[in-house]
Amino acid sequence: MVSVGQHPNIELLSYSEVERVSGYVGNFQVQVRKKARYVNEDLCTGCGLCEEKCPARNIPSEFNLGLGTRKAIYRPFPQAVPSTPVLDKAHCIYFERGKCRACEKLCPRKAIDFEQQDKSLELEVGTIILATGFDPADPSHVAQSGYGLDNVVTGLEFERLVNAGGPTGGKVLLKDGTPPRSIAILHCIGSRDERYHEYCSRVCCMYSLKFAHLVRDTTRAQVYEVYRDMRAFGKGYEEFFTRVEKEGAVFVRRGDGVEVAKQDGHLLVRAEEVFSGEKVELPVDMVVLGIGMEPRKDAGQTARLFGIGRSREGFFMEKHPKLAPIETASSGIFIAGACQGPKDIPDTVAQAGAAAAAALDMMDLGRVALDPSIAHVQADRCSGCGECAVACPYSAIQVIEGVAQVSEYTCKGCGTCASACPSKAVSLDHYADEQLVAEMQGLLSMEVA
Amino acid sequence: MYEPKIVGYLCTWCSYTGADLAGTTRLKYPSNLRVVRLPCSGRVSPELILRTFRDGADGVIVMGCHPGECHYSSGNHRTAKRIPVLQRLLGYAGIEPERLRLEWVSASEADHFAQTVREFTETVRSLGPLQLNGRRQAAPQGAAGGK
Repeated sequence: MVSVGQHPNIELLSYSEVERVSGYVGNFQVQVRKKARYVNEDLCTGCGLCEEKCPARNIPSEFNLGLGTRKAIYRPFPQAVPSTPVLDKAHCIYFERGKCRACEKLCPRKAIDFEQQDKSLELEVGTIILATGFDPADPSHVAQSGYGLDNVVTGLEFERLVNAGGPTGGKVLLKDGTPPRSIAILHCIGSRDERYHEYCSRVCCMYSLKFAHLVRDTTRAQVYEVYRDMRAFGKGYEEFFTRVEKEGAVFVRRGDGVEVAKQDGHLLVRAEEVFSGEKVELPVDMVVLGIGMEPRKDAGQTARLFGIGRSREGFFMEKHPKLAPIETASSGIFIAGACQGPKDIPDTVAQAGAAAAAALDMMDLGRVALDPSIAHVQADRCSGCGECAVACPYSAIQVIEGVAQVSEYTCKGCGTCASACPSKAVSLDHYADEQLVAEMQGLLSMEVA
Repeated sequence: MYEPKIVGYLCTWCSYTGADLAGTTRLKYPSNLRVVRLPCSGRVSPELILRTFRDGADGVIVMGCHPGECHYSSGNHRTAKRIPVLQRLLGYAGIEPERLRLEWVSASEADHFAQTVREFTETVRSLGPLQLNGRRQAAPQGAAGGK
């Protein structure tokens, strides 16, 4: 991340939002709103003094999922890039009561700027890579997962607890401050279940195994891995699974249902053990829910903004699941990482590298190959009604001076315009009306065998 | 037995691939269906369907990607709106609306494809040959164009 921030050819716009995208491959115009962070990025050295001295404390930290606190001027986490802090207007004492400005007084570089406004930037770019990531699945929708009970945490919350830089300094502790004697890690929470997400989130098995390993490292607690199918698919993963087994974690293969309940001050995990077919009850102190990945809440909005499709579960759709996994149906727009579908870090890095290479390749070449099948408008037949422009899923058609015009770079050749045109002025190469009619007539001239 | 002639307009990304899968997995379906491959079900114009009936088809089936899975984002949304309207209009023109069917078939739904073709063939068979005034019996040579 640090080298991205320092690279001379990379301009990093954090705390910003894309508002409009127009143009086509090689000539995109992107309007970005850079939100006011009330810190001058050019002056700030990231020393952290403002954060240290800020009197507005005890604000739940988003990075620590509310398990820790932060100040009103803060960096999301110590390694954040850029290291410039952001001022949270909603919690800042100055914005609330009109008094304080402690950070401004103390900043040695005079980098605090309470007058800063949102800025709108117009960028001209040739290619676009989307790497907007995922949202962790919300376990409160999952029936009987027990989320909301004391000492039932999601995988991500547990990750913060077990992290040396986390709110507990890496100590796994129960709500009452004592170390747990037993922990159950439940796999497949909200994944591979038709009621929530039909797909496998791919990362939960391995992070759940990692937790078992870390728990053995930091506590003496007994660990139960309550899984359905162990999906240790990657390089070195199966070996890790074997290692965790040898370390003494108890593996319970469960049926589809699992239930977490509170009983006598304990948590009780009920499940059906698949091999024996018997019901098992595990009394534990702590439950970790192996939650999966889901598309970001605003994925639909983002997809519309960039003119790309989404697959059934809501992740961005690649051009071809096997042959073009990083390209989208919109030329010049690439996707990488979990925004395309659940994937782990190695796969994300590989896909990101591929997307970067594909984008560079396109720019280096300086020209693009067009699809052979694109729409054309016969100008003398066009009445300029605009039906085709409305029908086009890619906004590739504009009516200019009463005549529809197709942008050859944006057109993907679906032909929806050709069948919408009331005066047959739009024709799709290789799928023209004449060709389709001839094909149909040829087929109908043969007798049914 | 009366064998109806059915023309299928299949989108290349989902339904044609699904039909292909039905073939490679050796599923049985009636040979009454003749397939025209299109980039998108959105390419199927109402005129083309009417023309297909005029030129000798007893049934027309349009197949595309499931809503939300269109390769072209929203081409099939158009189809989803067009076909029901056309079905109602067919009734006015004396063609049974059941002779036109729209079905979503994804690339993996070979079973669904075969089952749909079986069902539709039986539906059209039970309706009998389509009788239209001024219908051309054999495809004329060199006739082309929409108008």
